[in-house]
Order: sequence, then C-alpha cells, then structure tokens
Amino acid sequence: MWRDALLVAGKDLRIEARSKIALNQIAPFALVVLLLFAFALDPDRGFLQEATPGLFWIAVLLSTLLVVQRSYAVESADGGRDALRLTGLDPAGVFLGKAAAVFVVLAMLEVGLGVGVRLMYDTSLRGWPVLLVATVAATTGLVAAGTMYGALAAGLRVRETLLPLLFLPVVAPVMIGGTRAFAAALDGSSGEAWRWCGLLITFAVAYVALGMLLFEPLLEDS
Amino acid sequence: MTTSAQVETAGRPTEDRLDSTGSRFTRVLGVMVVLMLVMQLALALVISPPEVLQGDAVRLFYLHVPLAIAGGYLGVGLLAVGSIGYLWKRTIFWDLLAASAGELALMFTALTLLTGSLWGRPVWGTYWEWDPRLTLTAVLFVLLIGYRAMRTASTDPHLRARRSAVIGLLAAADVPLIRMSVDWWRGLHQTATLNPLNPSLDGMMLFTFFFSMVTFTVLFVWLLVHRFRVAWLEEQVADRALDEAITQRRAEGQETQ
Repeated sequence: MWRDALLVAGKDLRIEARSKIALNQIAPFALVVLLLFAFALDPDRGFLQEATPGLFWIAVLLSTLLVVQRSYAVESADGGRDALRLTGLDPAGVFLGKAAAVFVVLAMLEVGLGVGVRLMYDTSLRGWPVLLVATVAATTGLVAAGTMYGALAAGLRVRETLLPLLFLPVVAPVMIGGTRAFAAALDGSSGEAWRWCGLLITFAVAYVALGMLLFEPLLEDS
Repeated sequence: MTTSAQVETAGRPTEDRLDSTGSRFTRVLGVMVVLMLVMQLALALVISPPEVLQGDAVRLFYLHVPLAIAGGYLGVGLLAVGSIGYLWKRTIFWDLLAASAGELALMFTALTLLTGSLWGRPVWGTYWEWDPRLTLTAVLFVLLIGYRAMRTASTDPHLRARRSAVIGLLAAADVPLIRMSVDWWRGLHQTATLNPLNPSLDGMMLFTFFFSMVTFTVLFVWLLVHRFRVAWLEEQVADRALDEAITQRRAEGQETQ
C-alpha cells in the first residue's frame, strides 16, 4: 500500500513538475484572492490584520478546490482513470498517493500565502510551533476530504459545479478550527490554539481513515 | 405528499402493476396520519396553554422540534443505513432507501430552519442567530442538498448509487465533527443564550409535545414508504423504456434487411 501510494504521488508530482499548472496558474490565483480581500475590506491594515486567519483559510480553501480539480483532470484524458484502475494498485494506496501529491502542492501554496499575508496585510506571525501543527493538521484534513470529493465528482458532466457544493460545507470544521487556531496563536494564547489543533487532528484522522476505506467503490467506475 | 396522494389507488407496486404506490398498509397509515395531524392541530393551537414567557410563539415548537428530530435523526440515520447497505449488498433497494430518506431529510431540515426562523423573530428578536445548533442545521441542509445534487448528476444507476452512498456516509460522518466545532466555536465567545425549552413544562404542553413527536414520526414513515415506492417505480419505468427502445431498434433493423 505504501509503495503504491509513493508511486501514485510520484506520478502526480512529476506531471505537476512538468506542466507547472499549480505554479503558473493556481499560485497567482491565490495571490489575486488576497488582493481581492484587501479591496473588499478597505486597505485598512488594522482590520486586515485582525481578519488574517479567516482570510488565509478561505484563500487556502479556494485554492484546494483548484488543486483537487487539477489532480483529477490529469487523469481524465486518454482513459487515464481506467489505466490507473487496471494497474491493480491498492485503492487505499491510490487514495494516499493522490492525497500526498495534493498535500505537497497545497503546502507550497500555503507558504506562499503565508508570505503574502505577512507582506500585504502586515500580520506578524507568532507562535510558530502551534501554527505549524495546525497548518499540517488542517491541510491533511483538507486534502483527504478533497481527494475523496474530487474522486466523487470526477468524470461527471457537472464535475466543476458539483465539487464546490459537496466539498465546501464538509470542510466547515477545518475552516472554523484553522481560523480559530491561527487567531489564538497570533494573539499569543497558544493553549487555546492547541485545543483547536485537537479538532483539526480529529478531522484529519477521520477523513484519512474514511478515504482509505471508501476509495475502492469510487475506483470501480470510470 | 401530493404525488403519493394522487397515485394512491390500488395495489402494491410490483413489476406488473406500475400504476400505484399505495397498499392496504399505507392507506391505513395515511388515514392515521391525517387523524393524528388533526388532533395535533387541536392540541397545539387550542387545547395547550400559551407559555408564560413566549406566549403563543411556543406553539411553533410542536412543529419545529419533531420536524428537526424526524429529519435530522431518522432521515440522516436512514440515509447512512441505506448507504452502508448499498456498499455492502450492492442492491438497488438500499440505494433507493438512502435516496428517499435523504430527500425527506432535506425537506424536513428546510422546514426546521424555516419554522425556527419564524419562531426566532418574535422570541429572540432576530431571524437568525449564529448559535451552534442553528449553524449545524444550516450545514446539514447544505450537505443534504449536495447529496441530492449527486443523485441527479449521473444516469447510470450503479455509478450514481456507489457515489451517492459514499457522499451519504461522508456527510453523516461530518455531522458529529461540525457539532464539535460549532460548539467549541461559540463556546469560546459565549453570548447570552436563551434556553429554548422551558424546563418546567406544563402537563398539557408536555403531552402535546410528545404527541407531536409520535405524529411526525408516523408522518415521516408514511412519506418514506411512498417516496421509496415512487423511486422504485421510476427505476422500473427507466428499465422498461430501455427494453422497449432496444426492441424497437431491433425491429427496425429487421425491417430494413
């Protein structure tokens, strides 16, 4: 299973390294979202600083949608999905592999967004250990749920419109937990932030486990 | 409700009788539901007294709470049961059970939100409050809309059933997590929360309340049976239409030969 996961992750990341879609299109999109927030909320630094945790996670959520869509779009051409199924790889391995590849891309985007909010919103980032744990846990949850819902929407005529409808409400706990953990960490109250990490870790574990269990029926069809 | 009433003529739906969703059992149940609803109306609107603090607004609760419980617990519970059943047994019965329960859960949840808002306006002074329970219900509503969207996204019955089952389960698993997150979320910024149900309920009010629970549970079961049979008939019609189309094409082929 782990070997299968590495193979699938390697394949997706190699495609990304060669096509550079995330770098050339999704990362600039995330940047535009940060700019839009500044336009909408008036470039009043004080307010943007206060709202940073929420704005950061909304930007991450919107980017996740694009990364997940991209992750399944690479397989839609030339029967890639059927080919993946015919390789006989373990479904749980395929799930973990695709999720891992999305995780790597999303983590890089988050670093970019972090730099973005630091420079553009002038937010001073504090409480590094808890920020890092919260980010890893929230990202794991997002990519596990995203990989599941991406597979659910893949191959359908209505996939572009269906994915946001299915995915966004499900990750409400990540949105709440991530925002609250960041807000607490930036305020310097790391005890509260760790408590929110608990929720984020629970979500991540639940969705990774569900994904490994439920991915098999999703690979059956084309 | 109208579809079930319109087609309620005779017989249990079988392969041969595609004209009805009624049976002796559902007709008896239907009459029972109507009688119980009439009694419920009398109890809720006339017989039970107004509440000390809320006045007549309390009467909305005899509608609101049973809707929430039938939709949120029965509906979502059966959606999860049907989804697991399908993934395990792979028969269309479980898929249609999940679909029917999911659709009723959506309707009941929508009505729960509506009645809750109507009650909130006079009592809380606002249609919406970011209270954990309200937020949870709103998210559940959107999750159920997503489930329904999936059901209309594909015409292949087994593909649709597989993916819907997975969505049903993921949505059901999400509910406790949202519950936790919104509880904590508001828990940190505790605002004045009003206790929605007065702990010391008057005897008549308590009876009305429990009667409404039973009434709406029976109503839910009745609607579920009919909705399930409609779904079953739709499957049969789709199969039959396909068979007929194939036969026609074959006949055309023979004519040209």
